[in-house]
Amino acid sequence: MPSPIIRIDSIVKRYGPLTVLDGLSMNVMPGEKLALIGPSGSGKTTILRILMTLESISGGHIEVDGEQLYHMKKGADLVAADERHLHRMRKKIGMVFQHFNLFPHKCVLDNVTLAPMLTQGATRADAEKRAMDLLDMVGMADKAKAVPAQLSGGQKQRVAIARALALSPKIMLFDEVTSALDPELVEEVLNVMRRLAAETDMTMLLVTHEMGFAHDFADRVLFFDRGKIVEEGGPDEIFRNPKQERTQTFLRKIIAAGHRV
Amino acid sequence: MSVWSGYLTLILEGALVTLQLTVMGSALALVMAFLAGLGRLSRFFAVRALATTYIEFFRGTSIFVQLFWVYFVLPFAGLTLTPLQAGVLALGLNVGAYGAEVVRGAVKAVGREQTEACIALNLSRFQRMRHVILPQALPLMLPTFCNNAIELLKGTAVVSLISLTDLTFQAQVVRAQTGNTLIPFATILFLYFAMAWAISTVMRWLERRVTRSLDGVRT
Repeated sequence: MPSPIIRIDSIVKRYGPLTVLDGLSMNVMPGEKLALIGPSGSGKTTILRILMTLESISGGHIEVDGEQLYHMKKGADLVAADERHLHRMRKKIGMVFQHFNLFPHKCVLDNVTLAPMLTQGATRADAEKRAMDLLDMVGMADKAKAVPAQLSGGQKQRVAIARALALSPKIMLFDEVTSALDPELVEEVLNVMRRLAAETDMTMLLVTHEMGFAHDFADRVLFFDRGKIVEEGGPDEIFRNPKQERTQTFLRKIIAAGHRV
Repeated sequence: MSVWSGYLTLILEGALVTLQLTVMGSALALVMAFLAGLGRLSRFFAVRALATTYIEFFRGTSIFVQLFWVYFVLPFAGLTLTPLQAGVLALGLNVGAYGAEVVRGAVKAVGREQTEACIALNLSRFQRMRHVILPQALPLMLPTFCNNAIELLKGTAVVSLISLTDLTFQAQVVRAQTGNTLIPFATILFLYFAMAWAISTVMRWLERRVTRSLDGVRT
């Protein structure tokens, strides 16, 4: 039995008086594809943002790939991580955002090559070769010289996926990556992710409202509500036969809103 | 007519001094604007405090008083400057304080999501600024920088008070010697305008260049 690649141990996250996560614990195994579902404000996106170190935590511990994320050893003590520690830990993790967050002043190719050249010391030639392979995989090689403004939402998101993959992270976080897309553009992004899941052994955490996709994609589904995991299990269990009433209610509402399951 | 050509030479010499002051003052102002503007965004309290103090002090007191301090009071502290050095220093520090707020505003106008993308891609703070934030903030700064440069040009006239022979000073010399007000002041009116127009033209060209790669990109 391999040990978990992510161990989240009683994480607390507060924004002022508002407690978003209240002592949440969960583990993720290497290579696992995890879907996080639940109503908005339930804390699922916050988990991803905390793992990407975009938010600070108010309490608890997180271990990623055998090392503390927000803490580091100083002698025998665990102290808050400094920027250098965070920099080292971020190498293990990549993230794709709801609104793509591409760099508007750089062409598609430069968006993908920037980080490998700056953070991994890749030469331009190597970075571009790898970038073209990745752009080819997401079907965007012919747009390498275009700037983001010339792309559709689906195309932007595929570039953003290639950009995150260029750093070869062990863990990829997908934060509602199709929520900002026109309905007809959702499928092209999901197809890329299906291929990714099939062809790599990367650990993937996915926050989504696409229940049909979550069902096909995930090994395990976590249903969040009010900062807690209400129910978890295999996709068939959660989607076909949810045990908790809150899960049932949520899924009914989603179906009523026209989402496929 | 030969008399007037002599006076015209005098005024053109003044124009050269004004030009020097404007160019060197703007260069110093630009450096100060970035130092203090980015300083105000620093995560270190001491740096923020220093930048804020500089900005508030130089915006809050008049250029006239600042110039007198630089030229007449600094010598008591053992620092004696030529009139040109004093003029450049006072103008540069004064306009730089305004420019600092332009830099800060433009940097903050670049969305938080750009910073988050940089964090997710593991860029260092410096790399974020250098490769992602500033290239997007620069086009936002240029129109106001153009305003500031023209303000600085017009502000150079105060240096005549410390006997620097700039455009305005020379016009007053010509007026005193000839008794004619219209001709010298019409001449410098035209010269100031021409220089301001030159600044706008250069800045417009710069703006076009800088935004070309961003054309239609900002959403």
